[in-house]
Amino acid sequence: MDYLLTVITFLPLAAVLLILFIPREEERTIKNMAIGLSFIPLVLATVLWFSFDKGMDGFQFEFIAEWIPAINVNYHVGADGLSVPLIFLTALLTTLSMIYSSFTIKNRVKEFFLLFFLLQMGMFGVFISLDLVLFYVFWEIGLVPMYLLIGIWGQAKDRPQYSAIKFFLYTLAGSVFMLLAILALYFTHGTFDIVELAQVESIFNGVSWMAILAFWAFFIAFAIKVPLFPFHTWLPDAHTAAPTAGSVILAGVLLKLGGFGMMRIALPVFPEQFAYYCWDVPVIPILALFSIIYGALVCMAQWDLKRLIAYSSVSHMGYFMLGIAAAAAAYGRSGLEEAAAMASNGAAMQMFNHGIITGGLFFLVGVIYERAHSRDLALKDADGQPLRDEDNKVIPAFGGLGKMTPYYYGIFLVTAFASLGLPGLAGFWAEFFVFRGAFEIMPWFAAIGILGIVVTAAYILWKIVQYVFLGDFSMDRWNQVTHGATLSDMVSFEKVTMWPLVGLMILFGVFPTPLVDFFNSFAQALFGG
Amino acid sequence: MTLETFQLLSPELILLLTGIVVLCVDFIWHPDPEGSDLGSKTLWVPAIALVGLGAALVATLLLWGTPPTPVLAMMAVDPFALFFKVIAVVTVMLVIVAAVPYLQDRTKYRGEFYALLVFAALAISLASSGVDLIALYLGMEFLSITSYVLAGYLRDDLKSNEAGIKYFLYGAVASAVMLYGMSLLYGATGTTQLPGIAQALMAGDQSLQWLAVAAIVTLLAGFGFKIVLAPFHQWAPDTYEGAPTPVTAFLSVGSKAAGFAITFRVLLTALAGFRYDIGWMAFLMALSIISMLLGNLIALRQTNVKRMLAYSSIGQAGFIAIGFVCLTLNAEGAFFGINGSLFYLLAYLFTNLSVFAVVIAFETATGSSEIDDYRGLVKRAPILAGVMLVGLLSLAGIPGTGGFLGKFFVFGSAIQLQLPQTLALALVGILASVISAFYYLNVVRQMFFEQADEGATPIKVPLGVAVALLVSAAAIVIVGIYPQPFLDFATDSIQMLGLGMVF
Repeated sequence: MDYLLTVITFLPLAAVLLILFIPREEERTIKNMAIGLSFIPLVLATVLWFSFDKGMDGFQFEFIAEWIPAINVNYHVGADGLSVPLIFLTALLTTLSMIYSSFTIKNRVKEFFLLFFLLQMGMFGVFISLDLVLFYVFWEIGLVPMYLLIGIWGQAKDRPQYSAIKFFLYTLAGSVFMLLAILALYFTHGTFDIVELAQVESIFNGVSWMAILAFWAFFIAFAIKVPLFPFHTWLPDAHTAAPTAGSVILAGVLLKLGGFGMMRIALPVFPEQFAYYCWDVPVIPILALFSIIYGALVCMAQWDLKRLIAYSSVSHMGYFMLGIAAAAAAYGRSGLEEAAAMASNGAAMQMFNHGIITGGLFFLVGVIYERAHSRDLALKDADGQPLRDEDNKVIPAFGGLGKMTPYYYGIFLVTAFASLGLPGLAGFWAEFFVFRGAFEIMPWFAAIGILGIVVTAAYILWKIVQYVFLGDFSMDRWNQVTHGATLSDMVSFEKVTMWPLVGLMILFGVFPTPLVDFFNSFAQALFGG
Repeated sequence: MTLETFQLLSPELILLLTGIVVLCVDFIWHPDPEGSDLGSKTLWVPAIALVGLGAALVATLLLWGTPPTPVLAMMAVDPFALFFKVIAVVTVMLVIVAAVPYLQDRTKYRGEFYALLVFAALAISLASSGVDLIALYLGMEFLSITSYVLAGYLRDDLKSNEAGIKYFLYGAVASAVMLYGMSLLYGATGTTQLPGIAQALMAGDQSLQWLAVAAIVTLLAGFGFKIVLAPFHQWAPDTYEGAPTPVTAFLSVGSKAAGFAITFRVLLTALAGFRYDIGWMAFLMALSIISMLLGNLIALRQTNVKRMLAYSSIGQAGFIAIGFVCLTLNAEGAFFGINGSLFYLLAYLFTNLSVFAVVIAFETATGSSEIDDYRGLVKRAPILAGVMLVGLLSLAGIPGTGGFLGKFFVFGSAIQLQLPQTLALALVGILASVISAFYYLNVVRQMFFEQADEGATPIKVPLGVAVALLVSAAAIVIVGIYPQPFLDFATDSIQMLGLGMVF
């Protein structure tokens, strides 16, 4: 079992090597093989999920081996309550993306699946790393395949090349400063080991300017990935331009790498600095609120369905940041341990749930886009502004799809409601825990943040449900928008892709305990109480 | 000359012999290049050169472990020199493999080309083991003269002529300035031996200080020319663009390494006492910063891949210099700085030669080295595009490649010193490496995102070249994920004759 994490992480690499030897004309074989191979990490991640002991302290499935002994860099991996669900999420979304892509990717099939497996390896690697150098290597390895996925398979009208390089440079610029901070940590404490660094009493031996600089270097690297306002500007471009499966992985897993970094490194290694900027000088919670409100308001003003969902990620990950900020602010303040653990659980659940919900939403956008080749919510005039009728009402581009495609409508409704946090669906619990914790620690911030939920409900019901599904369907308008494409309900591969996600939304909405237990074992170790 | 001397000088003697044999064989088998084509027989010449170089490599590796030993008073056989001999020989071997198909249609006079490359490897070996100003100067001039001829080798090609002449004119001036610096040192100390100079400067009175500063500045101008550090880089873009591409590859790796070898040795053994205050650390740091910024910023605007790589190599020289600037002997772990520079050089060797091998193969097939023409390369020649991708990612310093660890070690040494100026150096370096990602990825963009022109045919890559490409790309990745042996090699190579006397 020591090797379980290593096997999960490097299986995708083995898959790359296998697929490399299939001739590229054999597209069917490549697709089937890719899907089949992607099930192995998924099965192993499920094994991991069930064989993980939530009552135990510390890391499990730990494995350590020398890597570069001259500078004390080790191949040190391990899993705890935080990483196990995220590893499962990565495996699940990758498999679903591959199933979906095997029907929708028509050109350069071999490259697509090769890159997807490389990406998966990078993501797994980040979640299992307990050594900063190892973490950094995996962190950046994932950049390259994602860059190529956006650039090669992006939609031409969404400027994929621009979006791809923007994504790459933003993340790179953020993370190189983290590299300097990693080196600075090593020269002060003589180790790259995350577990050892988290146990250091006074980071940088109390040299506060070093600690502050290093904290911000880590924080900004992670904040760009999350993304936290004002570092979010790469996200709408990248998510919109990427092919459907790319958007799913971007929103579903890559954003979580940033959140995971906050919880694995920034918070345990720099608790005092993190607390200082959440409590004494509360820049981080303020930025989190900006993300929530600003992201939701931008969604209200969007007329491109995919871009809208991209911006909704900014808003939703703002809840995550609020939860983390509240948990960090409570550090060292007695009596708030339970609230801190609560907020931290909420933040972690928000990561997982946002992964399945927004991943699902991007699949669903892909469904309509495959048919209509348009994602506009409204008819547009020559300047790209929405057209209005005589009552000054915007004319929806789709409208009334609910009657025509009831299956699609149903699945979309469940996912959208999960996204706005309807009780009984997964999204609710995350927000509930975040606000439950935050109200005790920073009531004013929590009170403002809750406004975001109202706006979220507004844009989901008004912009998505009303403009796409409600109202009267007109075949003429559909033909005008889509240039005469056929309208059909979801077909089986699309259903198969969505079922597991919808199932999880309902399961964790009704019965969130397994998920809470995982994250709670992490929070208890960190915050006590 | 005892037997031991022969043994210690065996790599150089083998190289010398190889060069002469290559010349003779070419002359005997191919006395009239204008005459009938000899077909596959012409492959014998590079093959002989490769065998000779291989023998020199073996001889060098057999000497590995020899404690620093002076030879003939002017040279030293020490791990430091042996490291650069390995670099020189491996570089020239890879360049020759890539050059064979390239030269096929471009010139009939191919024999001398290989001989000159072997002599260039010999020159680097001599320069890197010199411990006397005269030996160093002779080694450098030997290298320069072979390089001038190689740069202008395609005599029917105006650009190649321009490259050769430009390189020669700049080189002559740089040599003169360097020689002036050497004469200052000789005048001040009365000796040309590097350890002797150090002793005399230490023992001498304070007024010698300023002479030493003047000597450092003039020497760095000469060395900077070979390394291609800004502001001594003006020759490089034109020469890199105009010279036959295999020669460009050689200049960007071999010649640069020789410059670093001689810089490190002179500064560490003769002028080690002049590091701080107004010493070589400050000057070299300034050169490094200017090179990283200027090289990487100007590279953004290039449309020709060879010119872009010229500016990129200026920037890379700046990165490599960081490690040396920040060297320290009581380091945490293995961050001695200078071993970072050597490790970087090793990774850079495989990286840059892989990239150039692709450029050469592409140019051989299409006759173009414009970045625009690389569009859709992944469809036309997946192997070229794939190797180019790995090479460019390594140049950009993306993890998983040797280039990343090179940067990791040099930036690490800068952070370790925790002086304000070295932290600033690390910051500039980090920024420069982000900038560089943009233009490296621009080539990736052309190769992978853009569609090839209508009617663009697949590019056939000869089997030999394909194997060489895959091996060098694999080397980049191996250095990147299993660096320990290479790091040990670099760390052991810090030992040089006379080092430690003043530290």
